[in-house]
Amino acid sequence: MIENFDLSLVDWSRAQFALTAMYHWIFVPLTLGMAFIIAIMETIYVKTNNPEWKKITKFWMTLFGINFAIGVATGIILEFEFGTNWSNYSWFVGDIFGAPLAIEGIMAFFLESTFIAVMFFGWNKVSKRFHLLSTWLVAVGSNLSALWILVANGWMQNPVGMKFNPETARNEMDNFWEVLFSPTAINKFLHTISSAYVLGAVFVIGVSAWYLLKKKEVVFAKKSIVVAAVFGLLTSLFTVMTGDNSAREIVRDQPMKFAAIEGLYNGSRGAGLVALGFMSTTESDEANENMKDFSFKIEIPNMLSYMAYLDGNAFVPGVHDIVNGYTDNNGEVHPPVSVKMEMGRKAIAALKAFKQAKKTNDELGQEEAQKELEANFKYFGYGYFNDPYDTVPPISMSFYSFHIMVGLGMYFILLFVLCLVFIYKESVVNKKWFLRLAIWSIPLAYIASECGWIVAEMGRQPWVIQDLMPTMAAVSNIDSMSVKITFFLFLVVFTGLLIAEIKIMLKQIKIGPNHGGN
Amino acid sequence: MNNVLSKLIELPKKVWRFYYEGFRNQAKWGRQLWLVILIKLFIMFFVLKLFFFPNFLNTKYTNDQERSDYVIDQLTNPKNQLK
Repeated sequence: MIENFDLSLVDWSRAQFALTAMYHWIFVPLTLGMAFIIAIMETIYVKTNNPEWKKITKFWMTLFGINFAIGVATGIILEFEFGTNWSNYSWFVGDIFGAPLAIEGIMAFFLESTFIAVMFFGWNKVSKRFHLLSTWLVAVGSNLSALWILVANGWMQNPVGMKFNPETARNEMDNFWEVLFSPTAINKFLHTISSAYVLGAVFVIGVSAWYLLKKKEVVFAKKSIVVAAVFGLLTSLFTVMTGDNSAREIVRDQPMKFAAIEGLYNGSRGAGLVALGFMSTTESDEANENMKDFSFKIEIPNMLSYMAYLDGNAFVPGVHDIVNGYTDNNGEVHPPVSVKMEMGRKAIAALKAFKQAKKTNDELGQEEAQKELEANFKYFGYGYFNDPYDTVPPISMSFYSFHIMVGLGMYFILLFVLCLVFIYKESVVNKKWFLRLAIWSIPLAYIASECGWIVAEMGRQPWVIQDLMPTMAAVSNIDSMSVKITFFLFLVVFTGLLIAEIKIMLKQIKIGPNHGGN
Repeated sequence: MNNVLSKLIELPKKVWRFYYEGFRNQAKWGRQLWLVILIKLFIMFFVLKLFFFPNFLNTKYTNDQERSDYVIDQLTNPKNQLK
């Protein structure tokens, strides 16, 4: 069936979505992270009544405002794309995607839009405490917006709480709480926002390091570093914890993704964790370019089994095990992909038969078709594939993105610890190498953050909805040329916005906290 | 009672003044940002949405029945997606 799809259209639609999502994600994490850092700084100001803290708060609020303004509404383009390029998907997900996005819109509007005005225009016009409350509400509101988006994304990774209606071809929500509190959604939300806090902290430290390097605004910079480093250290440890929870959830619900991000081809008991590895250009399976060997790897014995199941001797399935079928540690048998493909084809044929029976008012035919569909629906999407290995995500990209993200995450913990040590020893101003490193850590934080999304989205390929809808079946039947044109249009618009953000921000940083503010 | 009522009447005025003065007294970078926001929103809604991103199913079909028939056909006969 795969030969029936226009892969050029699919690839360009994916590239366009990836481009817009990745550009959108340049702006979002800084907003999420800095919002809390600013709220903490303003709390210190209100508690101490020290005007230095007001200056500090106002300066970081200025940079927050620039990022917020440039990034605002960039996510709406993703919604345009759902309607135009991904209409099969948009229809198929029904109200499950619509409800969280509608709540997100309302929350974002009421919390962020209302209180952000008080945050910027309200100095000296509202009471200190009301201003502080507004700042906290902006922080909470922006993070709650993220919750609803990530709930929708979590459902795509692990579809729960719904029932498929064959009459409309839509999934209908039958348990809102199951969708909201799905472990995938909760872990995704917590891991994503905590990683955004880390990025916000690295940004504040990096910019403050620049002032220290220039020997300007020393008190301001040191105070900012203390707040950011404490916040960054706590949230980075939380990020490790949520990432660890995610790993255990992924190995249960998306084992192929787990195998791909770990570069695990053949599963085993007591599986080792590849801490560092390079994949060779030699293909282990010559017929499949996606399958690579490790030319070099440093492995921690039993660690992968422990990470996945909290048991160093547990069995972790690899790519070949998942393709050929395996029995997990609880004795549950997971059928081979070929069996899932057969069940998927039956589900697709049953949907077609249901529609025919409906047309001819054949009630018995409808009933039989619906039974067949329900029995096979959980593997509906597998019916579109011819080769079981088509269900394997891009391994090299998933593996490298995951390891870069984790490696940089560990590096940031070290950075925060060093910040606090040097501040405590009052030697941070003299550590030029460290200040330079802190500045260069800003782009590294963005790389780690984007890698996280690559892991999440590339690792779950070829699915747009896990097991139910492959990406190739989700696209609209439109001219691929129009997708190519809009891809380049977005590239120009978003690059323009990014340049504007960097220029305006750099100007404000050069002006500094004494003459900037809002 | 009269006091509460007059305060309520004053409230919209106060809110208007709050925003009006807030926008008026913005720093230069604030005005620059508003310009960027307005240009961005114009490009997004009046160029991209209008000319490049019509809702595929809403523009091709007039009701939900037609839309679901189309999607079922796409899902069960994917050869229809061939160019």
